[in-house]
Amino acid sequence: MMEQTSETLSHSDESHGLDLMADIQEKVQACMQCGTCTGSCPNSFAMDLTPRQLWRLVQLGEKDEIFNSKTFYLCSACYYCTLRCPRGLPLTETMSALKRLAAAQGISRYKQSSNFYGTFMDTVRRYGRVREMEFINRYFLSMKNPFFPISAGFMSIGLKLMKKRKIALEMPKLFGEGRFDRLFRKVEDLEARP
Amino acid sequence: MKYIYYPGCSLEGTAQEYNASTQAALQAMGAELVELEDWTCCGASAAEATSHLLSMVLAARNLALGEKMEIDGDFLIPCSACYLNLRRVEDHVHRDETLLDKINEALKEEDLQYEGGIKVRHFLDVVATDFDPEDIKPLVKRDLSGLKVAPYYGCQALRPYTDFDDPQAPQCMEPLIQALGAQVHPWAMGAKCCGAALMTTKKEVALKLTGAILEAAQGADCIVTVCPMCEMNLEAYQGPISHAQGKDVGISILYLPQLMGMAFGLSEEELKLGLNLAITKEFRVKAGTL
Repeated sequence: MMEQTSETLSHSDESHGLDLMADIQEKVQACMQCGTCTGSCPNSFAMDLTPRQLWRLVQLGEKDEIFNSKTFYLCSACYYCTLRCPRGLPLTETMSALKRLAAAQGISRYKQSSNFYGTFMDTVRRYGRVREMEFINRYFLSMKNPFFPISAGFMSIGLKLMKKRKIALEMPKLFGEGRFDRLFRKVEDLEARP
Repeated sequence: MKYIYYPGCSLEGTAQEYNASTQAALQAMGAELVELEDWTCCGASAAEATSHLLSMVLAARNLALGEKMEIDGDFLIPCSACYLNLRRVEDHVHRDETLLDKINEALKEEDLQYEGGIKVRHFLDVVATDFDPEDIKPLVKRDLSGLKVAPYYGCQALRPYTDFDDPQAPQCMEPLIQALGAQVHPWAMGAKCCGAALMTTKKEVALKLTGAILEAAQGADCIVTVCPMCEMNLEAYQGPISHAQGKDVGISILYLPQLMGMAFGLSEEELKLGLNLAITKEFRVKAGTL
């Protein structure tokens, strides 16, 4: 029974993923490979694929190469490429759309980034507003590694903020009705509609 | 002048001093802020990375609350990410004809309806556009003429929506800083990215971006910011960046309305200057607040 459920889920996830990929391809269909995006990107120095290369692979639908790359998770949403694109393409939005697709597919390479965004939204769902410390503890729990906060360099900044009484230790509430449970469920329903 | 004030989540926590100083500075300038009742998260950068519709619905919920308040005034938002999230709803509704119905079907769960029409504006837009520097000069009570200020605008207040300044070479803070009696530090980093959320997910990359900004600000007495995330990235990692660069790139970082409040003669407590992570004693002495 369990197996059947997960199989059905993965099948629907896959077709959902195909829809999302088609939407993403449409966004950059008019890209003419001029490279203005790459020249404008403050993070391109750290990327394995440049933004220009990424858009070509998206046009070609090369999903393996796209999702082997960390390029879209290195987008910090500065909107320089969107501003300067001579074709007026929504490139920053397309980076976000790739993040969504990677998260929906649960690709382990992106676990740290997709957990960060996912746990942030869990906090919003529960309280309506973000409680920063509650969120960060939730994120640490999601990484399932007690040394993660230290290895990722969170300790010194956390201590600084606590000393200033800007944040307080707060453990996440994991059970019970959340402020936005109904709204989030409604959005999920609407998104699942064809 | 009256505005609907949307503080956003950071301003209740790590950016409390931005909240306090925004309200204090605008009050000194004679503006009235009415806080949006029952406001909730704008979606930040996380909603967009998980669900596009959710990012629209979370932002539109706040806009719908503003419409219900029936106040003749624009939204005023200090956080650049909150500003962008609320600002872009109208644009997306124009681009996708099925979106408005979906948003409103979701908002039925909250007994709300979004129609659109209220203008969404960044704090910086309001203070630079709605107030004449000549009207600000008479409010100055503390002499800041010894201070050299590097104006930092960041990204999302300027791009992709270019409502109030040049998105690549912004300058709207300069007449304001001069009206406050301080000097402007000339530099080309005002519109460069601080790394934003990469400071959490890809730290080594964000540290490089922030390091270049701090380095270019050397020679100034402080950098002023208009976004909680820029502020945090610039103030919290000066130690490790200086260590990595082999030289001290430390500098005082404060929010623009804190600088305004200082000029208006407000106290350190009123502006919560004690909460910033990188304001030096020398800076406070030079500014005359200590």
